Amino acid sequence: MTFEYAPAPESRAIVDIKAKYGHFIDGKFLPGKKHFATINPATEEILSQISLGGASDVDKAVAAAQKAYTKTWSKLSGKERGKYLYRIARILQERAREFAVLETLDNGKPIRETRDIDIPLVAAHFFYHAGWADKLDYAGLGKSPQPHGVAGQIIPWNFPLLMLAWKVAPALATGNTVVLKPAENTSLTALLFAEVCQQAELPDGVVNIVTGDGSTGAAIVNHPGIHKIAFTGSTEVGKKIARAIAGTNKKATLELGGKGANIVFDDAPLEETVEGIVNGIFFNQGHVCCAGSRLILQEGIADELIEKLKVRMAKIRVGDPLDKNTDLGAINSREQLSKIQELTSAGDAEGAERWSPACNLSAKGFWFAPTIFTGVTQAHRIAREEIFGPVLSILTFRTPQEAIEKANNTPFGLSAGVWSEKGSRILWATQQLRAGVVWANTFNKFDPASPFGGYKESGWGREGGKHGLAAYLKEGK
Amino acid sequence: MSFYGIVDGTESSLKHFLAQLPGVDQVGADARAAMLATRSIKTTSKRWAIDTAISMVDLTTLEGADTAGKVRALCSKAVRPDPTDQTVPSVGAICVYNDMVAIARTHLDAIGGKHVPVAAVSTAFPSGRASMAVKIQDTQDAIDAGAAEIDMVIDRGAFLSGEYGLVFDEIVKIREVCGDRAHLKVIFETGELVTYDNVRKASYLAMLAGADFIKTSTGKVAPAATPPVVLVMLEAVRDFYQMTQRRIGVKPAGGIRNTKDAIKQLVLVNETAGPEWLTPEYFRIGASALLNDLLMQRMKMDDGYYASPNYVTID
Repeated sequence: MTFEYAPAPESRAIVDIKAKYGHFIDGKFLPGKKHFATINPATEEILSQISLGGASDVDKAVAAAQKAYTKTWSKLSGKERGKYLYRIARILQERAREFAVLETLDNGKPIRETRDIDIPLVAAHFFYHAGWADKLDYAGLGKSPQPHGVAGQIIPWNFPLLMLAWKVAPALATGNTVVLKPAENTSLTALLFAEVCQQAELPDGVVNIVTGDGSTGAAIVNHPGIHKIAFTGSTEVGKKIARAIAGTNKKATLELGGKGANIVFDDAPLEETVEGIVNGIFFNQGHVCCAGSRLILQEGIADELIEKLKVRMAKIRVGDPLDKNTDLGAINSREQLSKIQELTSAGDAEGAERWSPACNLSAKGFWFAPTIFTGVTQAHRIAREEIFGPVLSILTFRTPQEAIEKANNTPFGLSAGVWSEKGSRILWATQQLRAGVVWANTFNKFDPASPFGGYKESGWGREGGKHGLAAYLKEGK
Repeated sequence: MSFYGIVDGTESSLKHFLAQLPGVDQVGADARAAMLATRSIKTTSKRWAIDTAISMVDLTTLEGADTAGKVRALCSKAVRPDPTDQTVPSVGAICVYNDMVAIARTHLDAIGGKHVPVAAVSTAFPSGRASMAVKIQDTQDAIDAGAAEIDMVIDRGAFLSGEYGLVFDEIVKIREVCGDRAHLKVIFETGELVTYDNVRKASYLAMLAGADFIKTSTGKVAPAATPPVVLVMLEAVRDFYQMTQRRIGVKPAGGIRNTKDAIKQLVLVNETAGPEWLTPEYFRIGASALLNDLLMQRMKMDDGYYASPNYVTID
């Protein structure tokens, strides 16, 4: 008796996408000039036209942010700033379904994830930081810490609205104003967020959204009116930014790439470990900087666990992101799909063994089946380089010490997972791992109160929690 | 006896086996069950799921106040859950105390319900606190009266004090009494075992001892058949099949009150043990109130609106 799930599509009717967008500057939507198409990666349909922001747009936005800072925002008490943030958080909750559907259309990730994870976390970040706005004196950052002024924020395409929340909420709570550039592939929820700012009657210029590509981002980074930069994206671009601001007074936090080690000991709770592995690399199609992309598995249980993993992977539902039962959605872009294909071909060429469950992938759109590689060692490209897709590289270890060595043997240091029923081992491993976030018997768990960020080439600074506030403040008088 | 060649019948062999089972991470198990609860089952699959759930219901009355009249009414309902709609399937079984078995069997046969088996609870249900002699007699009486299925309870006191051998031996003994006349369901009372590790251990213990079905609860104690508990049991029967090629059934009982709950159970089965278990032969739902909600949801799929309780029979 087979139990086929009938299609369970979420309706698109709730979303109203305009044919063309400009920028949101000084509280108003201004028309843009050069436009480029933004598409739904699951179907390749064109959703809208997005403006390519140029130097003059960035200029206007920074000027608006500076004016708002000087004339309005810095004159408000923390309590008053908090009220705006609470209002924004509440409106986001009320419009949650609309944002979830829009994010799914623009990014390609399943509606189940935007509905149950992305959007609730977005609201949570605004609520959390609203609470900090009037308590900064008690954050342990000095007697009366002060904002920097205007923050330039550049965010990636993998969690468009959530990355916006991670940037805007703390910036506003600490009294800064913002010029934010969403990723060129995924600007729609940022533009809808601008509507929420209007709905919340946020003072003009406190939040400004300029869309565009790498050149727009560079214009923001290099603008003399920007006091603080917050960037999430690739290590490569992060390094460019670091070079660009060297010698200036600009502060920066960089949240970059990773090659997270998910370490499974032979006393791990096997069933839940398999779930955690699947979640660690296939959540969000693997487009996650802190993805558990290297499975470091105790050799003695490798065969048994890999068998279970394959059985579990065969149940992953790949398909229409708007179907409520879909687990794995579309790859965000043709470019990203090429990158994944290039690296997985390298995996084949270097002698690792590839496996995917049988999948019915649509001809239109960008799709990649969930994939594992076994027989991977440190000297494989797929063990070193961030694939940023639903591809897991599986390595083995013999002793706990060796597991830690392999886990740490990478220029990255963003995240790690440890799976064991033995508490003392978890505590020991956590101390040894050079990763900014370590998960024990779980993976990909986020909370606005928990500081997130990495060691080494995974970046500078933390976002979230008290530590995340520090980046947006300097010592007061 | 061979016990699948996995344990040798001694307590030490059994303890050894149970001790090497991997632990269950509670947070992880809860999360997996919660994620599966988000599956959206609509239209044709919902219709299939409702009918399948109806055919899996073990329609139950286990009250001190049970009488012949009450049991006969339940039997009629079991055979024809909706007298106005012949397309509704019969339920999976009737479940009663052993002194009601003969009444149930006679009445079922008289009303065209020969295909509906009678299950009897046994071994001093629900507490399990009695001598072995009483438990054996309890079981024998039920089988002699016509029960084709025995739902026994394990000795939870013995389990919680680590006397796994005693728990095992009791199941072996009752299995012997059942012989080939009745299939044996073993009730754990998971609400009293509390931890998922205990549920996993109890599952393997019961299967090795000869259970045909493993069952969560008596329905007299809450919490009963929570999704994570059923998840752990489904994982156990799946893995046991891998080890032995023997398919053991699972029966959640208690706390499954409406169609949504029932469909969540079917999704758990589908994505854990697999579609081979999606039949009354390997999955039953112990319930009483559930049946009417299944019928009302079934009507709603046909008519477009959820009927008032007046349109379904109370028994």
